[in-house]
Amino acid sequence: MDLKEKLVSSFLAFENKVDLDAYAHDVRSEAIKIFEQKGFPSKRDEAWKYTSLNSVLKEDYSVFPKQENALEYHQVKHYLIHDIDTYKIIFIDGKYSSHLSETTHEGIDVCLMSAALSKPKYQLIIENYFNKAAEQDSLSALNTAFSQEGAYIHIPKNKIVEKPIQIIHFSTGDESAIMLQPRNLIVVDENSHVQIIERHQSLTDNPVLTNSVTEIFTNKRAIVDYYKIQNDKETASLIDNTFIKQKRESIASVHTFAFGGKLTRNNLNFYQNGERIDSTLKGITIIGNKQHVDHNTLVHHIEPNCESHQDYKGIFGDRATGVFNGKVVVEKEAQKTNAFQANNNILVSDKATINTKPQLEIFADDVKCSHGCTIGQLDESAMFYMRSRGIPEKEARALLMFAFSNNVLESVKIPQLKQRITKIIAKKLGVNIGFDL
Amino acid sequence: MLKINNLHASVEDKSILKGINLEVKPGEVHAIMGPNGSGKSTLASVIAGREDYEVTDGNIVFDGEDIEELAAEERAHKGVFLSFQYPVEIPGVSVTNFMKTAINESRKARGLEEMPAKDMLKLIREKSEMLEIDRKFLSRSLNEGFSGGEKKRNEIFQMAMLEPKLAILDETDSGLDIDALRIVANGVNKLKSKDNAVVVITHYQRLLDYIVPDFVHVLHNGKIVKSGPKELAHELEEKGYDWIKEEVGA
Repeated sequence: MDLKEKLVSSFLAFENKVDLDAYAHDVRSEAIKIFEQKGFPSKRDEAWKYTSLNSVLKEDYSVFPKQENALEYHQVKHYLIHDIDTYKIIFIDGKYSSHLSETTHEGIDVCLMSAALSKPKYQLIIENYFNKAAEQDSLSALNTAFSQEGAYIHIPKNKIVEKPIQIIHFSTGDESAIMLQPRNLIVVDENSHVQIIERHQSLTDNPVLTNSVTEIFTNKRAIVDYYKIQNDKETASLIDNTFIKQKRESIASVHTFAFGGKLTRNNLNFYQNGERIDSTLKGITIIGNKQHVDHNTLVHHIEPNCESHQDYKGIFGDRATGVFNGKVVVEKEAQKTNAFQANNNILVSDKATINTKPQLEIFADDVKCSHGCTIGQLDESAMFYMRSRGIPEKEARALLMFAFSNNVLESVKIPQLKQRITKIIAKKLGVNIGFDL
Repeated sequence: MLKINNLHASVEDKSILKGINLEVKPGEVHAIMGPNGSGKSTLASVIAGREDYEVTDGNIVFDGEDIEELAAEERAHKGVFLSFQYPVEIPGVSVTNFMKTAINESRKARGLEEMPAKDMLKLIREKSEMLEIDRKFLSRSLNEGFSGGEKKRNEIFQMAMLEPKLAILDETDSGLDIDALRIVANGVNKLKSKDNAVVVITHYQRLLDYIVPDFVHVLHNGKIVKSGPKELAHELEEKGYDWIKEEVGA
């Protein structure tokens, strides 16, 4: 039985375990039909031309975790931003770990999707927002069909959430291969501000496939800073589907730090439903071996006077492959749009590949849109310059690569996170960088 | 200190240096002059260890050791410094961080501890004052958006920080106005001692009024065709290079 059949035939059993009366039941039933009809995407689909799921789908995944597994704080501390006070919503093999988490209902809701889907007090938000941003593509639909657990965050209006929120999914390898489908819903009301850090982390060499959906709603003048840390085992694959619906004057940014895993696909979609909206999409990708990272972005400019800024940097070594597919749509009504997109890449090996494709669809006539992509090698004259000052080749190379990705880090607003990312980059590049850039 | 014997070098199979012989002793200042395309900058790059150039014959001995097989950074650790004709812009790395890294890497190579931050700051302040470099300048990205003069002054600042045994100044005077030229030359003169040496590569006599050479060599078509005392530079300034070409051709 292939994975598709397995998932479809598991659906009834899954639904029986959860509440059939809930609002989500109809949504899930609809979604499994879509998935059954569409199946997994293949390279024949334009959006998946450069990313094949074949090697990932062939594993015999367990689609529901059989039992609850426990982890102690000291086993996972390393993967948390632990030097600052944060809220934490932590999952182990798809199940919530109350032991490791720190949630709240004081003025804001930082809690669980499973609770939100079943308790009446959340019903209104669920009916207004759940599955209202996600596309009906096959992978998002698959996640919707099995949506049950994940983070539920609701920030009512006029709240500045002082502590960042960490959402972390661990897999323990207790089962030989596991498929996880976390579902996050984040609703930020008028004038509120929240910072969120998300990470998927395998603690095993057993295969893990995560198909995640995150829906984010930023209401009027809300500010959301979202950071994704993707630095997983080379047996773990991630399909990350993130949908952000913005209302007027809101500001949303997503930083994606893609340092690997086996295969990583980021589907990041912004929809601007209002005027004077600001959207930022930034990313640093540093991969090697046979790792694959695909950034598939969409910014949909629907109304006038909005901005979007995209800046993705990639460094590819060994036989790694990268894909950047950035689509910007500017509707006819969206006059005075400012949309910028840049994708710069460095190939440090002859065998590494990057496919980059900017796609602009502009129907308005009074807009400023720019895009640019570059693929290059490290500047040899810069290398000689640095080495002639006594900086060894490896360090010089690292310093140049660091400098290359530096401006993406500049906009990270949590200093401890910035430090952590800097350290991960230094480790990735195999050097000890003696200073912060 | 530096002894170059019958040095031949080529780039992409094009032969550029065709048998250079040169000896530089501690405390000396040598000037290398010559027309465009004579191989002056190539010689500087080959001594500093640029990999694009291949040494096809001869050798370079520095402090008694053959260095032509050494990597650029290893030569730097031994005390060779090249002030670039065209300093490279490196966005994202500040002048200060660059110098810290360079100094600590050199110290590491010599088996020394990293320089304490306090001493580093003091050194930076001292040397930047000597070259009349504004503090703000030091936190800017290396050479990025610097004027021609600022770039050259920054090269000599780096030289001051690294205190090399042998400094090769490749066309350091180009792009400098007279005030900047004086500051740069004063900096070089202050760094001079009986234990180190300077090789000045220049097209014009101008810089040599400030950094006075003990010997002047004329490079033509990949060879040193004439050497003499500092007066030779004046003669070249007056008469140009044609008479040398004729003399060599004859």
